[in-house]
Amino acid sequence: MSDLAATARVVRALGARSIRQTFRRPQLISPIVVFPTLLLAVQTGGASAGVELPGFPPVQSFLQFMLAGAMMQSMMLAGNSGGIAFAVDIEMGFTDRLFAAPIPRFAIVLGRLAGTAALGLFASIWFFAIGLIFGAEIEGGVPGALLAMALVTASALAVGGIGAAIALQSGSASVVQGLFPLVLVVLFLSSAFFPQELMIEPAKTIAEYNPLSFIVEGVREPIISGIDATHTLEAVAAIAGIVVLGLVLSARALQHRLRVG
Amino acid sequence: MPAIVVEGLERAFGEVLAVQGIDLQVDEGEIYGFLGPNGAGKTTTVRMLTTLLLPTGGRASVAGHDVVADARQVRSSIGVALQEAALDPLMTGRELIRLQATLQGLPPIAGRERADALLERVGLTDAADRRVGTYSGGMQRRLDLAAALVHEPRVLFLDEPTTGLDPVSRKTIWEEVKELNEDGTTLFLTTQYLEEADQLADNVGIIDSGRIVAEGTPEALKGEVGHPHVELLVGEGAVPEAERVCAELGKLLPPKDGKRVLLEVQDGAAEIPRVVRALDEAGIAVESLELVRPTLDDVFVAKTGYHLEEEESKDGDEEPATA
Repeated sequence: MSDLAATARVVRALGARSIRQTFRRPQLISPIVVFPTLLLAVQTGGASAGVELPGFPPVQSFLQFMLAGAMMQSMMLAGNSGGIAFAVDIEMGFTDRLFAAPIPRFAIVLGRLAGTAALGLFASIWFFAIGLIFGAEIEGGVPGALLAMALVTASALAVGGIGAAIALQSGSASVVQGLFPLVLVVLFLSSAFFPQELMIEPAKTIAEYNPLSFIVEGVREPIISGIDATHTLEAVAAIAGIVVLGLVLSARALQHRLRVG
Repeated sequence: MPAIVVEGLERAFGEVLAVQGIDLQVDEGEIYGFLGPNGAGKTTTVRMLTTLLLPTGGRASVAGHDVVADARQVRSSIGVALQEAALDPLMTGRELIRLQATLQGLPPIAGRERADALLERVGLTDAADRRVGTYSGGMQRRLDLAAALVHEPRVLFLDEPTTGLDPVSRKTIWEEVKELNEDGTTLFLTTQYLEEADQLADNVGIIDSGRIVAEGTPEALKGEVGHPHVELLVGEGAVPEAERVCAELGKLLPPKDGKRVLLEVQDGAAEIPRVVRALDEAGIAVESLELVRPTLDDVFVAKTGYHLEEEESKDGDEEPATA
């Protein structure tokens, strides 16, 4: 077996373990599924008249508009949960087992990110299912849904990279868990739950430059109006930027972890 | 070729020098017992030898590979069972061994077969599909040991494999260690249990405050610190007279308490009749008599100035905190 194939097997095995770990630990899976689903239910139940506001983008329903936001919230929390789980592995010494194996050590980070990406995919499928059950239409059809799912999956990987970097640097689940409010701040200062055009300053300007807004719009566009090249490319660029940042920070944090033992 | 060679190995954590330039050599097929109290530098040394921690000085090779320059080859040659049994409580035993087989590069079918064989070997077949979190401490250690054996390593590092285990579980691990060694595996075993090192190790290194203070076979080390002695329990008030009689027979050792007399006997058991006769002739009633041979604890005391058990009870933490 070539080195690359062996490494791919390791990444797959670690990714599978990471997914099992998330589903077996309620405190990891509930932020990914339960919280965003409840928020979606509360917002669509209580704020659906928002679609009547002047300047609100043309949508079939408020639920249709909110699906992208719910997916983003779930994806962000999947990245955070992935980081917490990684830090728990460090705290209990499980990563020592991995570091003592004859594998490229970055495969350990990639395995974790593969699991987080799979959870992003799961989140997108979950919210598409909820949307379809409650009558939301996907204007971009199957290709649009697949594009949105791919973007959510890739963005989970990107955000997971940041979570993994913080876990490796701190080695503390509490520190990663402490980022939970920050995740919500980043989320609410984007166009995830409210159209950017209707925000007031300074939130409007922050949302305009928030990379998450580009990703949200890239996911939302295929749902509310159809595939749009500009929004898609902007989302891909934002994701790529976060991926590069996450991988660079993870690589540096991995070196730090190996140095301090 | 030696399985492990360590020359001037050092590790500093900030200002704290946890390992202070140690030298040691472990031959192929040997069980090396690395003995010392908490915080002595045992775990730090193991972490450097298993490539989990970079040394800050000196060099070391394991299975012929340098631990810094050829770290990946070292990792291919070794098995590691760390102090805290680094297990995921949410995985099943079978999942863990199969994951370990993947990490060691075994093909899927071979990995599954090896996992089943190892679970059988350590007596965990019936519990294989239960989550590790439901295992007892002994079962977790056996699982950890099985995971370390998945690729049949040439050198096996066991970091305090029996700490916290009950006597039965401890004995099970000892038997497994002996069996592995009979199969040709070199073992580097850290322990804070004197009896464990005495029972298992071909050679013992005693580490204290980051330095190796004694090294050799258990018998040679015990021989260095003195001869056997008899421990006599005599009737109340008879101690001064018993001490006077015994002083004529040999060297008296410092008493443990006011009831016992400790007499060094160069020829061991052969001298007991002479001691009993002398006390009998002096009219001293002996309530009990025990021949005590030097132990590794005596070696430890002689080399460090304190008892390992005393140190254990006052010092609970392990290695210095990392920066």
